[in-house]
Amino acid sequence: MTSAVTGSTDLTRLTAAETASAVAAGEVSAAEVATAHLDRIAAVDDRVHAFLHIDAEGALAAAAAVDAARSAGEQLSPLAGVPLALKDVLTQKGIPTTCGSRILEGWRPPYDATVTARLKDAGVVILGKTNMDEFAMGSSTEHSAFGATHNPWDLDRIPGGSGGGSAAAIAAFEAPLAIGTDTGGSIRQPAAVTGTVGVKPTYGAVSRYGLVALASSLDQAGPCARTVLDAALLHSVIAGHDPLDSTSLDQPVPDVVGAARRADVKGLRIGVVKELGGEGYQAGVRQRFDEAVALLTDLGAEVVEVSAPHFPYALAAYYLILPSECSSNLAKFDGIRFGLRVGEGDGDPSVEQVMARTRAAGFGAEATRRIMLGTYALSAGYYDAYYGSAQKVRTLIQRDFAAAFEQADVLISPTAPTTAFKLGEKLDDPLAMYLNDVATIPANLAGIPGMSLPIGLAPEDGLPVGLQIMAPAMADDRLYNAGAALEGALLDRWGRPILEEAPAL
Amino acid sequence: MSTVSTGAADKVLPYDDVVASFDPVLGLEVHVELGTATKMFCGCPTTFGAAPNTQVCPTCLGLPGSLPVVNKVGVESAIRIGLALNCSIAEWCRFARKNYFYPDMPKNFQTSQYDEPIAYDGYLDVDVETDEGVKTFRIGIERAHMEEDTGKTTHQGGATGRIHGADYSLVDYNRAGIPLIEIVTKPIEGTGKYAPEVARAYVTALRELLRGLGVSDVKMEQGSLRCDANVSLRRSPSDPFGTRTETKNVNSLRSIERAVRYEMTRQAAVLEDGGSITQETRHWHEDTGITTSGRSKEEAEDYRYFPEPDLVPIAPSREWVEELRASLPENPAVRRARVQAAWGISDLDMQTVLNAGALDVVEETVAAGADQAAARKWWLGELARVANERGVELADLPITPAQVARVEALVGEGTLNDKLARQVIEGVLAGEGEPDAVVASRGLAVVSDDGPLLAAIDEALAAQPDVADKIRGGKVQAAGAIVGAVMKATRGQADAGRVRALLLERLGVSE
Repeated sequence: MTSAVTGSTDLTRLTAAETASAVAAGEVSAAEVATAHLDRIAAVDDRVHAFLHIDAEGALAAAAAVDAARSAGEQLSPLAGVPLALKDVLTQKGIPTTCGSRILEGWRPPYDATVTARLKDAGVVILGKTNMDEFAMGSSTEHSAFGATHNPWDLDRIPGGSGGGSAAAIAAFEAPLAIGTDTGGSIRQPAAVTGTVGVKPTYGAVSRYGLVALASSLDQAGPCARTVLDAALLHSVIAGHDPLDSTSLDQPVPDVVGAARRADVKGLRIGVVKELGGEGYQAGVRQRFDEAVALLTDLGAEVVEVSAPHFPYALAAYYLILPSECSSNLAKFDGIRFGLRVGEGDGDPSVEQVMARTRAAGFGAEATRRIMLGTYALSAGYYDAYYGSAQKVRTLIQRDFAAAFEQADVLISPTAPTTAFKLGEKLDDPLAMYLNDVATIPANLAGIPGMSLPIGLAPEDGLPVGLQIMAPAMADDRLYNAGAALEGALLDRWGRPILEEAPAL
Repeated sequence: MSTVSTGAADKVLPYDDVVASFDPVLGLEVHVELGTATKMFCGCPTTFGAAPNTQVCPTCLGLPGSLPVVNKVGVESAIRIGLALNCSIAEWCRFARKNYFYPDMPKNFQTSQYDEPIAYDGYLDVDVETDEGVKTFRIGIERAHMEEDTGKTTHQGGATGRIHGADYSLVDYNRAGIPLIEIVTKPIEGTGKYAPEVARAYVTALRELLRGLGVSDVKMEQGSLRCDANVSLRRSPSDPFGTRTETKNVNSLRSIERAVRYEMTRQAAVLEDGGSITQETRHWHEDTGITTSGRSKEEAEDYRYFPEPDLVPIAPSREWVEELRASLPENPAVRRARVQAAWGISDLDMQTVLNAGALDVVEETVAAGADQAAARKWWLGELARVANERGVELADLPITPAQVARVEALVGEGTLNDKLARQVIEGVLAGEGEPDAVVASRGLAVVSDDGPLLAAIDEALAAQPDVADKIRGGKVQAAGAIVGAVMKATRGQADAGRVRALLLERLGVSE
């Protein structure tokens, strides 16, 4: 078994599409694929720390079930037998789900998230749960209560966040696929800094049932992969209406796989967002972005500049809406019904004292900061000035997008202002940390889909740079079409996938 | 010994003095548990009395990752209640989160509605007996909104059964997520000394309306209908509203009236002493008939309401609303007028029926064939007494209107007399079966055979020869003693009128 994409015979170097075909054709068993990945995890994860929990037993059982189904002559679904890493913010029945927080340590959910259930139904082999910033709050995975994840490109650097574990697992060849969640960039920014592909689908396209909420109106689960086609295959497995999520869209899932295979931008109108670039963006990021724009033009796209005048207010609005919703969503973590309980035996405490002690001990600094910000923003007398104003900004940003999509079919920008920074570098400066998501947040505020894909290494540090593509709501297929076209042209130019440039672990 | 005061009785002013010097303003908040088969935001059943924590799921337990989905029947019930209360129905409204920490709130926020209620701006007319006859008061309805109930906490150990001093607490989440409609009145002014009666009449009328809609079983003792009474006093109707208190835990119609009256007398005493009313929650104590201070509103939480992002807005189509309006049952006021005319009874008699919450059962008893006067006699008399003793509603007594009608029919055909009928009712209430079965098993039929009666009469005459002589001498009123003796001898199973007739005939005297 040799990968057409990477030329490797290593089962962990296959794409998801290749793995699925090989399993379906009986060239390799799902059990062998799972074992190869579990071995890889055993070999490298002590340095990468992408996983919080590895479910070898469950993974091998799922793989065996796929192999048995194949032997029985059953039709396998398109990703059957492909291993996957699940972000630890989605519930999986009986498997520890911590959200990167002490407050949930030891909790085993009694139910599967809809995403988890769909993965299981599709024969996807779930290897384990990946590390993340606590309750998905952060851009570096350093806010995990269980230690940071390390970027496979440079173990001294951050893998992005909050889904650094999912992105690093893919970049380190511990899994070909992962699920991330994206509230302000938590799929796209980690993809950018690890040289992988990440997609935040249209809000409501993927069920949030079983996704432990950070900010309900912004959260969206999506695929992480090493190729655009793999991301599309995973997208089509997890997307679709779910009656258990009231905000789930009851509309057909766009043909993202077909779009990824089409990969044709001839005549496509591509808008470069003026406000997302320039000052504040690293030189190498700008250089690779400009080169990608030129490449898209060469491919026949019609590139125009568009303006979104309210984007400069997006970050401020986001940091009012997110903490407000999060302060309420995280109220349930009180030690009464599940998870950590602290200080019960200390004196004769009241229930309020036990709740307060549990929350004080269970939440880390960033979670506490955002809960307090949100509690303040929603307080009587401040609501209109903070939450109310932020919602107005949100409407203005939606209008900016609507106007921009009059001029362009998709919008593009750098995904993140910089390449991966050093672990610890921004930990004491929350504002600097928040700025990592300046380009990704507008899509969450508007509920539109966004993708990040690698467009090269920054000359100054040799680290991956990501390009973001955004499309109108429910036009997720446009991301895959444009992304696959650019990916193909870059692969032709480079001769081999970007991850082959990463140092061996 | 608990350190929590159950309330040393506050000073109160005599009620007549209160209404001479003050004008009361009321505000009533009623919570109604809807009788939907499933909860408001998940598919769990709502059966009352199930074993603790057996009717729960990730959503109503507030487990991480769970999400709510709106119960359409709950929304429909809310709209029907709004329409029946003459409210406008919102074209677009949202749920909101009311944030506060409490162990019986699984999510530590309650999904409710805040500034966008589903129904608003309506009224309900209620009749109250006044010195000048029955007077109609129009109670303005501010809003009716949807929300979810909390779990139920029981405090174990300690002296009072309250949270203070308890050793530990148990929470049952079966009730968490059961749909509630909160109905809030506008300030009720102009009731004067009838404020307590108006409060009671409002809740009575509301309960009747809700029962008629079939949206709730409206059982106050089971908590499916709960009332909080806001009361304030001012010197004159032209003054601004006084500071109000909110009395909770008022769990019967009678308590509403008593609690309002008590709060008026308590507040008046404070004000007359030159004090000021603290805005606070107060607890009603059924046993002692007083209210005690709860949590002060000054230290009350800021609920940090904001629109519920996990639910989409509710936008009931006008067609649906009109469909629901067209299918509403007969308006209770119209029904009352119709029933009163059919029965031909006075306003006062009708009011008595309504106050006892007996309209449904009496009407059903009449429909089952009983005479209206007899039906009222049973339900307002013997059965009301038993219901009161047992602390339940008339409708909850283990006897049906059809059974009452059957007892009355047995009286009509002479099988039972009044005393025996009471025993049959007692038997039915004791679970001995249908009225005919009770008559048979207890051997209660009237002795209609003259033979045994004549024997008993002869025996009584022999035992009291002096009385017999008096009757023979024309003192017919003395017959009572003999009739009484015969009734005693037949254990009440004789028809007293028949005994008397037989006696007089036996002695050859006429009336």
